[in-house]
Amino acid sequence: MVPARAALFALALASGAQANPHEFTLPNGLRLVVKEDHRAPTVVHQVWYRAGSMDEAPGTTGVAHVLEHMMFKGTRRFGPGEFSRLVAEAGGRDNAFTSTDFTVYHEQVHRDRLPLAMQLEADRMANLVIRPEEFAREIKVVMEERRSSYEDRPRALLIENLLATAFAAHPYKWPTIGWMQDLENMSWRDARAWYKQWYAPNNAIVVVVGDVEPEKVLAWARRYYGALAPKAIPARKTLGEPVQRGLKRVTVKAPAELPYVRLGYKAPVLRDFAKDWEPFAISLLAELLGGSDAARLHQVLVRERRVASSVGADYEMISRGPGMVFVEAAAAPGRSGAELEAGVREVIAGIAAAGVTAEELNRAKVQLLAQLVYKRDSFFAQALELGELGSSGLPYRGADRIPERLKAITAEQIQAAAARYLVDDGLTVAVLDPQPLNPRPAGAAVPGVKH
Amino acid sequence: MILAVAAPAEARVKIDHWIAESGARVNFVESHALPIVDVAVEFAAGSAYDSGERAGLARLTLAMLKAGSSRYSETEASRRIADAGAQLQENFDLDRAGFALRSLSSEAERKSAAQTLADMLQAPLFPAEAFEREKARAIANAREAETQPDRVAERRLYALMYPAHPYGFSETPDTLASIRREDLERHYRAHYGSARAVVTIVGDLDRDAARALAEELTSRLSKGADSALAPVATPPAGATLRVAHPSTQSHVLLGVAALSRNDPDYFPLFVGNYSLGGGGFVSRLLREVREKRGYAYSAYSYFLPYEREGPFLVGLETRRDQAREALELARSVVGEFVMHGPTEAELKAAKKSLVGGFPLRIDTNRKLLGQIAVIGFYRLPLDWLDEFPARVQRVTLAQIRSAFARRIDPSKFSIVVVGAPD
Repeated sequence: MVPARAALFALALASGAQANPHEFTLPNGLRLVVKEDHRAPTVVHQVWYRAGSMDEAPGTTGVAHVLEHMMFKGTRRFGPGEFSRLVAEAGGRDNAFTSTDFTVYHEQVHRDRLPLAMQLEADRMANLVIRPEEFAREIKVVMEERRSSYEDRPRALLIENLLATAFAAHPYKWPTIGWMQDLENMSWRDARAWYKQWYAPNNAIVVVVGDVEPEKVLAWARRYYGALAPKAIPARKTLGEPVQRGLKRVTVKAPAELPYVRLGYKAPVLRDFAKDWEPFAISLLAELLGGSDAARLHQVLVRERRVASSVGADYEMISRGPGMVFVEAAAAPGRSGAELEAGVREVIAGIAAAGVTAEELNRAKVQLLAQLVYKRDSFFAQALELGELGSSGLPYRGADRIPERLKAITAEQIQAAAARYLVDDGLTVAVLDPQPLNPRPAGAAVPGVKH
Repeated sequence: MILAVAAPAEARVKIDHWIAESGARVNFVESHALPIVDVAVEFAAGSAYDSGERAGLARLTLAMLKAGSSRYSETEASRRIADAGAQLQENFDLDRAGFALRSLSSEAERKSAAQTLADMLQAPLFPAEAFEREKARAIANAREAETQPDRVAERRLYALMYPAHPYGFSETPDTLASIRREDLERHYRAHYGSARAVVTIVGDLDRDAARALAEELTSRLSKGADSALAPVATPPAGATLRVAHPSTQSHVLLGVAALSRNDPDYFPLFVGNYSLGGGGFVSRLLREVREKRGYAYSAYSYFLPYEREGPFLVGLETRRDQAREALELARSVVGEFVMHGPTEAELKAAKKSLVGGFPLRIDTNRKLLGQIAVIGFYRLPLDWLDEFPARVQRVTLAQIRSAFARRIDPSKFSIVVVGAPD
């Protein structure tokens, strides 16, 4: 067996500090970050607006995402659909996504076509036209999207219900795609109001990664984005969440075969690269719980006890709002949801009680550090990292510190983090209660069940 | 990834090709920009090599390669992969079964990960206990799949499109239950020989190291016989199947066996489909179904070429009460396109997008690995990527019309609607 420490050494050599990225701020407040990478003649261009579903209000949940759809419906200069047509004819790909924290528009193009992407994005940053008849069609598309990605997907419904239960006050309690009723009641005026409120150069970060020269990118950014007028962006209140004082539980009934559970533990997120250690410890904790087939949940629950047929763990340490560690598991055949949940919680409690081995910790470190190296294979993934840092108020160069901070975490810190956060008081358990696909035909005698 | 010359028209992907001592085919692209090595080892051992009554055997055999080999137990193997910072992924489709291994290029990590994979591929033990566990998991997953409308639709569609060909087989709880451990050993011996193996390597190692890696991964394989897959018969008459499901949407899929990997009509069909349903917002299907009527979030068509005629697929998901209208619309858009082909303007736009966008198909090591694995497995010419833009450029309107008219007969579409309106 190769000692994991050797891999740690190799990784130290692999991830040296670089001159990248280059940061600029235009007079109108637009922030530009450019990372040069000349491995391929392509470039990723992303525009990050610091407005996501956490900035919405009850009654208009989903409006951030609806507006994202409307951003493809034309400006004073370009008609509906022209944006995507021009990018496609330039050999590019374009799309967008909305999250709890931000809304991101992106193009991947040959490096020579970057100015086109900038010109088009700058245009729709200020000149969008929201036509009521276009809105009326597009809101139907969004409702179909909601049906595809939530209504008919039991495990997605479970996530939605978990968040709605875990958060009492914070807007993370509603889904980014919005509640169906809010989509049904939404008007084109809601979308327009959202656009007017948040879409401005001083609420945007432009991220460019690829085969480019930073000074040239800056010159183009000045030309296309520089002329846009800034707006008064509303002051953001710090959105808090009251302390949870005991386990919460929710059950979702939906057509499925296997019982499935998803556990969410309230956890901190990274606010200071120099001082915070817990987010790094929790990242390692999630990795050594569920990061691979060698991780503890798989080893114990899938292989040894055969309680689960699949397991996983997930934690994002960078986020505008409060953090959460998620653990998920699907039951092995013949095992109940209760057995599954008990198994998962026992493994987690074992870490808080007895800690982790040096071997497990090293393995988790090697895995996370290697993933940082693998991320460099993709311009898109690198741009995402920069955008997340910037939108979350963290320094771009903070990413350079992640390896050293991860390496410094001790087994004692892992155990302390588990004992503090992976506990029942901050836990929400969501259980999928599988329902048969074909309900018994009407008239069939079903003892003990009433309609 | 290395592009010797950066301008896209002159970009060249230099593929080094050789035959390993064992007879396995090897393709290698050297690239030192990142300290990463990606390697894929794939065999002609996909689901097409199942029998109907034991469907699922091919996939289960692949999964069980990870469950213990002569040198490493299942636990040891997974730890060695993780300790090297490596990632091991199963690749499985109708034709191919194998693994993709991504590792750091530092020698100790690369070699440790490769040794582990090498033993899985060449000396699997198929331990009885792990077999029972994996079989039970597979059965549970098949039952789960029967509750998911998208997976039900796909399974039923393939059965309709390929009534007499293994491309139409799909695993069910019953076929999986009939599989015994000896079946895995037999399947492994028959399909995991070097004559059916293709090794693809991309990344930070030199040619000598790549040669040694390919030997390590294949030298202990038996020779085995080359693959022979039955041809696909002429598509059956069209049929529509409606399957009840309590979903809020109807899942609508249309398909017909159409295109193989080495087909002379590949480029006319591929380029033509861009305008029909492959080009996202600029394609006719998405424009008609989504942009004009708001019927669906996504609507698409694509060719899925395999060793034998893979399907041409059209799909959408829509609220149940408008499924009939949406299906009729999709059929009429496809029918119109098959009859008349794209317009001059559409073809011009398609070419601009496909040629101009070519660099995006190979701008990461992982994408390159995928492209070159296809070239290796299907014995495409080594300059296939270099020639791609020029071959797209040469496609004419007449070729597209002729290819669609000859290859796609809309009356032969198999159609499945899951969650059908009552």
